[in-house]
Amino acid sequence: MNKYFRELTVAAALGLLMLGLAILAPHFFQFQPFISRLTSQMPALVAAIGIALIIISRQIDISIGSQFSMCAIIAGVTAASGLPLGVAIFAALGAGAMMGALNGVLVAYLGLPSIVVTLATMVTWQEALRLWQQGRLLNLPKGIQWFGLSQPAGQTIVISLAFILLIGAAWAMKNLAAGRFIYATGTDAEAARLAGIDPKRTTFGVFVLMGILAGLAAVFNLVQSPQVQPNCGDGLELKTIAAAVVGGVAISGGRGTLWGVLLGMLLLANVNPALTHFHQPPYWEKAIQGLVILLAVVADGIRSRKARL
Amino acid sequence: MKALLQLTDIRKSFGAVRALKGVSFELFPGEVHALLGENGAGKSTLIKVITGAHLPDGGTLVVAGEEVSNLSPSKARELGIACIYQQPALFPDLTVAENIGLRLKKTGVLHRVRWASQRTQAVELLHRIGAEISPDSEVRSLSMPEQQLVEIACALGSGARIVIMDEPTASLTQKEQHLLFKVVRDLRASGVGVVYISHRLEEIFALADRVTVLRDGESVGTNAVESLTEAQMIKLMVGREVSSIYPPSEGEPREVVLSLKNLGCAASGVTGVTLDVRAGEIVGMAGLVGAGRTELARILFGITPADSGEIYLNGERISISNPREAIARGIAYVPEDRRRHGVILEMPIAHNMTMAIHPKFFPGSILRFKAESLLARDFIRDLGIKAYGPEAPGGSLSGGNQQKVSVARWLATKPKLLILDEPTQGVDVGAKSEIHKIIRGLAKEGLAVLMISSDLPEVLGMSDRVAVMRVGKLVELISKENADAHTVMAAALGTNGKDAA
Repeated sequence: MNKYFRELTVAAALGLLMLGLAILAPHFFQFQPFISRLTSQMPALVAAIGIALIIISRQIDISIGSQFSMCAIIAGVTAASGLPLGVAIFAALGAGAMMGALNGVLVAYLGLPSIVVTLATMVTWQEALRLWQQGRLLNLPKGIQWFGLSQPAGQTIVISLAFILLIGAAWAMKNLAAGRFIYATGTDAEAARLAGIDPKRTTFGVFVLMGILAGLAAVFNLVQSPQVQPNCGDGLELKTIAAAVVGGVAISGGRGTLWGVLLGMLLLANVNPALTHFHQPPYWEKAIQGLVILLAVVADGIRSRKARL
Repeated sequence: MKALLQLTDIRKSFGAVRALKGVSFELFPGEVHALLGENGAGKSTLIKVITGAHLPDGGTLVVAGEEVSNLSPSKARELGIACIYQQPALFPDLTVAENIGLRLKKTGVLHRVRWASQRTQAVELLHRIGAEISPDSEVRSLSMPEQQLVEIACALGSGARIVIMDEPTASLTQKEQHLLFKVVRDLRASGVGVVYISHRLEEIFALADRVTVLRDGESVGTNAVESLTEAQMIKLMVGREVSSIYPPSEGEPREVVLSLKNLGCAASGVTGVTLDVRAGEIVGMAGLVGAGRTELARILFGITPADSGEIYLNGERISISNPREAIARGIAYVPEDRRRHGVILEMPIAHNMTMAIHPKFFPGSILRFKAESLLARDFIRDLGIKAYGPEAPGGSLSGGNQQKVSVARWLATKPKLLILDEPTQGVDVGAKSEIHKIIRGLAKEGLAVLMISSDLPEVLGMSDRVAVMRVGKLVELISKENADAHTVMAAALGTNGKDAA
């Protein structure tokens, strides 16, 4: 079977969806709303790049929603205190890196299971935010939205930066030694170690990168609205993990591409707008998304069964 | 006498691959029938047909006089067919008695567990095979051979009439082998038929009554064991004369490459090892499983660093605290568990081969696919690796070829010292002698080779000197002239040779 079978099937499904919309609901492609929708999906895409690397290295990070909220609030508070936007962005990325580093140290160097570590940090950051912000909406100063530029300019910046990042990350996974270390570590950490690779450093690095990407995702989210909520990252972990799984990243590690993740993300994110444009009740969104994920998991199961026989 | 098991003209294909092309095989009560063949000859497929894991495409299967069609694993078990695999399939968190009980009792969901009778039965079965294992110990805490004994106890307890053993001695020490042989002979005496698979010919001579040799999915004949010599058996298996099984050593050893003085590591139980290995020399490491040979290799490779003694490489005193340092110093370690640690099965063999030379081969860490592919092609040619190209995933290769890929990965580091851990374990006879030639060729080119092997003929045939380890100590260094099976085994067992093979 083709190596990129999954990517191709998801691309076909996405293509069909788009084709159906083009025929039955062409106003789906009206330029402004289309671009707005795409922009709103960019923060999750950036976070999904990180989660894909985490899963390929055979780990999981369910704290990214909390990391995202924390970074968003830190950036928001920084900006609200009158500091320039650049400082706010830097604060978000720095906070993300530190939260990622904490997960990384606990998982890579203490050898704790990532599901437990990130469950603990998820709850910790969530509750810390609750204590700190008391659930308040944080109003942002004027110069934050769209980086202080016009909406089209801001949207262009967000979309292009996200795609540049995706292309760069996909290139690095294929063409840099670090990418191969991640695949090797995810396939078998002990085998990687015996080949002279440092799986601990690889794992640590991936978690730090995840934190930074969560911070960047938070910034991309922050600039899209005049306010920020302390629970803005809720559910991000499930959204991104689902995108990765649908896109063909093996939950058992060692396999997957970022292109697949992009396709998975777009497919899942367009269920809701598609429903609206097909004049169907939006309650179906979750059910359809669940079905897509289920299909992906079943396809994986069938493939690995075949591989065993 | 009526045959216990009779297979006639069994055929089985997987897609275009014809794994069995009409194999016939029979097993009588009270017989040990060896099944021999290179990897890929169809042994495991035949076993899977007998245990009901695969349905044959054609042919008949008769168990104790009754023709059986649509054999399933559970039906096979009811018919008294039991299989003991190389890797025991027990529940590690349950006790020995619980494992045996689970295997033997077919109970309903709400059926009460009779703890006392379950334990009594386990004790009785373990006693029957002479295993000194507590029924209350968790299987996790048992060694691999002990787990195998538990498997045998299960087979015995289920009243199996046909017992299949797939390379049962692969991980056993000499003493445990003797115990296992005794169990097999007891089984035979009680009228059980045993199908015995092993790559070690001397075991077949010691144990089997008849031997059936498979080659390319066909049976090339069933013979009484005493009517064959070792050379004839190998010839049947590979279909050609293997002229000299081991390549001769050539040339004089040169300067000392590795020198160990009183080396030890408390954590892995190795103490006071003093040893020199010269360029151009193969030093064989013999000893029982658990004698500290792999542990010594892991010390030299920095996996469990030494905490006492000195290591000199080319006369320079060094310390090695992790594998990367070892690689940088010119030490290469081809690990024992090839499928897990030697090659990454999902990755193309070209990627596998550059795995240990990333910093050197890819400066700036940007991968160069063309150079990598060329390097892989060279190794594929030089080592005679059978693969469709550098892009072939490691998992698509046979065991012997995977081992060559694993060796290639380490040759790519241009090492001074090559440590091989069980280089031919589970490799078929043809590939085995190819690997032997490669190893000897490397020594001739000036590499210092340290070869750990539990295959005694291999150690004796390949080594210029044999280093014997026992309970973490290097107990004897034997020159090639003085090394024979008796002296090496005696040193490994620590006796004056009375118990040796």
